Amino acid sequence: MAQTALEWQAGTVTAIRPETRQTKSFTLALPKWMAHRPGMHYDVRLTAPDGYQTERSYSVASAPERVGTIDLTVERIEDGEVSPYLHDVVATGDQIEVRGPIGGYFVWEVEMGGPLLLIGGGSGVVPLMAMLRHRAAQHATIPARILYSSRTADDVIYRGELDALAASDRAFEPFFTFTRQSPPGWAGYQRRIDATMLSEVIKPFGAHARVYVCGPTLLVEAVANALVQMELPIEQIRTERFGPTGV
Amino acid sequence: MAGLISRGFLGRRRPAEVENRLPPGQYLVTDFPVLSAGPTPHTPLDKWSFTMDGLVRKPVTWSWDDFQKLPTQTYTVDISCVTKWTKLDTKWLGVTVDTLLEAVEVEPAGKYAMAYSDGGYTTNVPLEEMTKGQAFVAYQFGGKALEPVHGGPARLVVPHLYFWKSAKWIRGLRFMQENEPGFWEQLGYHIHGDPWKEERYSGD
Repeated sequence: MAQTALEWQAGTVTAIRPETRQTKSFTLALPKWMAHRPGMHYDVRLTAPDGYQTERSYSVASAPERVGTIDLTVERIEDGEVSPYLHDVVATGDQIEVRGPIGGYFVWEVEMGGPLLLIGGGSGVVPLMAMLRHRAAQHATIPARILYSSRTADDVIYRGELDALAASDRAFEPFFTFTRQSPPGWAGYQRRIDATMLSEVIKPFGAHARVYVCGPTLLVEAVANALVQMELPIEQIRTERFGPTGV
Repeated sequence: MAGLISRGFLGRRRPAEVENRLPPGQYLVTDFPVLSAGPTPHTPLDKWSFTMDGLVRKPVTWSWDDFQKLPTQTYTVDISCVTKWTKLDTKWLGVTVDTLLEAVEVEPAGKYAMAYSDGGYTTNVPLEEMTKGQAFVAYQFGGKALEPVHGGPARLVVPHLYFWKSAKWIRGLRFMQENEPGFWEQLGYHIHGDPWKEERYSGD
């Protein structure tokens, strides 16, 4: 990345879309938009009238092919400082200060090739979705799978879009697993991601899979350790972790 | 730093004695978040060693057992991660870098160190910011063996810089003439990383 500073800019909220009970996507129009690499994030800075400031990082959900705007999908953390503000106060037309894009390791672009295995837990799916949207926007035929763990079917972010993508793209297949409650008649996975599940999902890709894992620390640790046990080369396993941080 | 006032945002205030310890843009956590770019290495202690090499007259390597014989200190330090969290009063046991430096003679040109780790991670720190008690190699946290997810068996701790400089799973320090960028520093993060100056990204 260049030595020029990443400057703060005032993004204008042009759309707010509820995704699940706990998550919303915010579309921001950026005066100094630049293309991100799928998987990167932006910093958000809030300022109170007396000058108090706090910052958080949120992954970009949208593809870089969409010029001029970014989507940030934000999970509402009950006792949080920033996410309840974004969920409960921010309205279309408001301005939010951001800077980015940031991060250069947990990224995937079509040029990097595949096959691509994305493994997400909860809102850890957000940067993975940016990769899938980029892949779709490029009309890439690189085989891709996502294994996505949620508490219940209602907690799945982007479900409609993932199903639609699967219906129109033979090279893409989503796998869902539910850790608390499955929908009636559910024939798919209903447990935490484990080595058996991973070996089933990764099977057609074998040792060539490029794997991106994002979610709570326990999930990422379990998945990454299992992949290492399966002798997948560690340079093909990229992780992004977030755990409960109290706020 | 000036900023656009966020309509309707008041923020969560902490008592002044806490607020004053939070670098700009940071928020307080009480748990210990985990961040890393790849799988957690699990190096057996009998395969572990710590090496000081590069621009030194004679490289030195300690086995785990030898490293345990080095004098230790307890440290209580505040740590700040570039991902915005700050944790206060973390308690460590480790070996000060000053002690490690007594075992080698760094050449005058060796003004920078590259910490290197299992799994291939690297991060650069100026030598003068690791001496005089400013940095240590820790192998206990909170009175217990340092867990692998937090960098065990041993990690570098440089509390006055963002925590990515505190290399997990450290295996050595390589002294070098130029301030070469490490893993995150090559990916757009600041070459120095002082949280009080908010040196998060290159160009900050």
